[in-house]
Amino acid sequence: MITLIKRRGSYYFLAVTLATLYLYSQSANITTSVFSIAVTFAMPLALAAMVGIMCERTGIVNIGIEGTLLLSSFVAFYVAIAAKSIVIGFLVAMATGVAMSLLLALMSVTWKMDQIIAGTILNILATGLTSFFYIQGNMLPNMFRQKPIPGLSNLPFFGDVLFKHGLLMYIGFVVIITLYYGLFHTPWGLRTRAVGEHPSSADTAGVSVSRMRYVNVAIAGAIGGLCGSYLVLELVGSWNRGFTAGKGFTALALMIFGRWNPMGALAAAMFFGLAQAGANQLMINGTVNIPPQFVGILPYVMTIIVLAISAGKVRPPAAEGQPYEKGQS
Amino acid sequence: MSALLEITGVSKQYPGVLANDNISLTVSAGEVVALLGENGAGKSTLLKAVFGLVKPDSGEIKIGGEPIVFGDTAGIISRGVGMVHQHFQLVPVMTVAENIILGDEPKRGLFINMKAARAEIIALSKRYGLEVDPDAVIEDLPVGMQQRVEILKALRKDVKLLILDEPTAVLTPQEIDELLSVVRNLAKSGVGIVLITHKLHEVMAVADRVVVLRGGKLIGTTSPKETNEAGLAQMMVGRSVVLQVNRTEAKRGGVVLEVKGLQVRDDRKILSVKGVDFSLHKGEILGIAGVEGNGQREFVEAICGMRHREAGEVIINGVATKDLDPHGAHEAGISHVPEDREKHGLVSSYSIADNLILNQFDQEPFAKGWIRNLGEISKNALGMVEKFDIRTPSASNTASSLSGGNKQKVVVARELSEELPVLIAAQPTRGVDVGSIEFIHNQLLSARDKGAAVLLVSAELDEILSLSDRIAVMSGGKIVAIVDSKGADRNYIGRLMAGLDK
Repeated sequence: MITLIKRRGSYYFLAVTLATLYLYSQSANITTSVFSIAVTFAMPLALAAMVGIMCERTGIVNIGIEGTLLLSSFVAFYVAIAAKSIVIGFLVAMATGVAMSLLLALMSVTWKMDQIIAGTILNILATGLTSFFYIQGNMLPNMFRQKPIPGLSNLPFFGDVLFKHGLLMYIGFVVIITLYYGLFHTPWGLRTRAVGEHPSSADTAGVSVSRMRYVNVAIAGAIGGLCGSYLVLELVGSWNRGFTAGKGFTALALMIFGRWNPMGALAAAMFFGLAQAGANQLMINGTVNIPPQFVGILPYVMTIIVLAISAGKVRPPAAEGQPYEKGQS
Repeated sequence: MSALLEITGVSKQYPGVLANDNISLTVSAGEVVALLGENGAGKSTLLKAVFGLVKPDSGEIKIGGEPIVFGDTAGIISRGVGMVHQHFQLVPVMTVAENIILGDEPKRGLFINMKAARAEIIALSKRYGLEVDPDAVIEDLPVGMQQRVEILKALRKDVKLLILDEPTAVLTPQEIDELLSVVRNLAKSGVGIVLITHKLHEVMAVADRVVVLRGGKLIGTTSPKETNEAGLAQMMVGRSVVLQVNRTEAKRGGVVLEVKGLQVRDDRKILSVKGVDFSLHKGEILGIAGVEGNGQREFVEAICGMRHREAGEVIINGVATKDLDPHGAHEAGISHVPEDREKHGLVSSYSIADNLILNQFDQEPFAKGWIRNLGEISKNALGMVEKFDIRTPSASNTASSLSGGNKQKVVVARELSEELPVLIAAQPTRGVDVGSIEFIHNQLLSARDKGAAVLLVSAELDEILSLSDRIAVMSGGKIVAIVDSKGADRNYIGRLMAGLDK
């Protein structure tokens, strides 16, 4: 079964590669730029999905990702302006993400609240705070600018697509790869997955379930802060109400589609990014004459399709959403 | 011999219950101590206290001469205390190796050294003669093998004291024999063992000392040399228990339930019942023996309308029944004591009174048209609580407040009260204490004597042997043999269950 999935995955990969090669042979410049833009669309979705993966692998359902992104991007923007430093904005945004996560952990691990309600509280809190304190007409001092990586950025195609971005994009890639190896090849990852699948096994093996949950949810929050910072300080450069536009929810779909695997979620996010960048390109070219609103709803429509495809076929971590009671098995 | 575990005067008060009342107990290296007691006798509280999971109100627990610190489970484990839990503490989607190393992983740099882990596990399994495949995924393994993994997990930590919590509940007779010899060998190599079990003959076979708890108190210590099974049962329950049910000759009547060529798929859509034929007569108990997971559950569910039949017929009193409808099966005359009482037998948040009429809630006298007759419902409940000895302060308490044995009595009471022609009882005494087992067994027999056709499905071979008039052995989704219980050979049936004899 697993080999079959892997094989199917490699078929998709082969098909995408062939399609890309064909397009590249037709028009190298446009293909490269579409892919490069697709990566910038994909990264925030992928990072937001990492937040979900970190939480759910450890057994906590986090539907408050949207709120975490919204509040941390808001904080990144205004702190960067106030401190006249995007680096400080970024760091404070990460701290905000951690704070949101600790609130989630407090509600769901310590108070054993219903985790859907806990996540909803985060979303409402973020919407409320950001709407209340929003002031129009501010400007960032600067942004995380493109910093081509010497050497690698000269590669054909890949150089432009992967290695001509800003600092936060690079950090994002490092985070995703680290998470992948961390989850599947380190003691920490083994313990995390055990806690998410069957917490009493971990507990009886001397692994503290609540500590693992707190730590992982906090790390997830920091990644959420990185994601919010990337959106506002590197990709967009300004902030308005409802800035994150449901990315935190789309991320949950990507997490499921990617089978709670960081690489799977990255691939799924890349697929989303490509679809959107491709549609934009077709619209700009005038190849297809569709109203821009249709391109705008693309991510949401794709989310529904993706969830319909993966529904019932994937298996979430068995213990997600359940508070752990010591001594019960 | 030095004492590995010393418990002195431990008491623990829970709201309304004194779970442990001044218990003292020692376990030395190389001895097997059996801890006996009914459900709720305080065994699990005591064990949790040993692991630092429960803080005793008074008393002291020493391991290797050193007192333990409450909450320091990891520290207690590192001092050589291992436990094989009744509910396996294994992550189903992970491999044997991953499960065994969890919590103390061999490392190479930052990463897990899987190669070293594998080598270590193979060496460990050779040393104790417990063979496992380190790369097998737990959920694909039979329970006996899973338990082996649990034992290895404990042995890896260099245990000096191994606690086995009802380890034989899910094993075949052969697997049980194997396990008991492993226990003996471990004791010989100097490990102190605490064995918790309900099965008295295992205690007699393997224990050096037997410690009996009842109602939170330590009732006494004895040894298999000084007593017998009946004596142990009496200590446990506090009155004499008839272990051997008094079964009169069955007055067999005509065929009531006939099953022909039944095929059923399990949850994973795999054909797990592969053509079952049998007929059940009025006034007899037909026991279905078999290791769990050989299609018994699916087969029972298909007959009771809880699972789609792939092929085959179920004929009750000469009338073919329709597929897939529990209500229809009930109307046709089947009462059903389901295997999973929590999931299918009871609505735990409803009152005991409501649970007692779940199958007749819309019928007279419990309802008049759309209106429930609460007076009749509670009158019925009072009668049932009395008749079936359901121990509860009030019938209006929720079913979830009852102990396992009493929950089962509620299900049995409800299903027997209608006196339908067919009674299907699946694992009717699972997780139930000796006193309640005796009671439930007698109820099944009296249903038989009143003329019901009883199908008894149980993983407990002893239960099958003592209650059944005929025994059908199920293995690999088929009934491999139907034998008369008179003169049935335990070993022969055990081999059939394991799929050895064809």
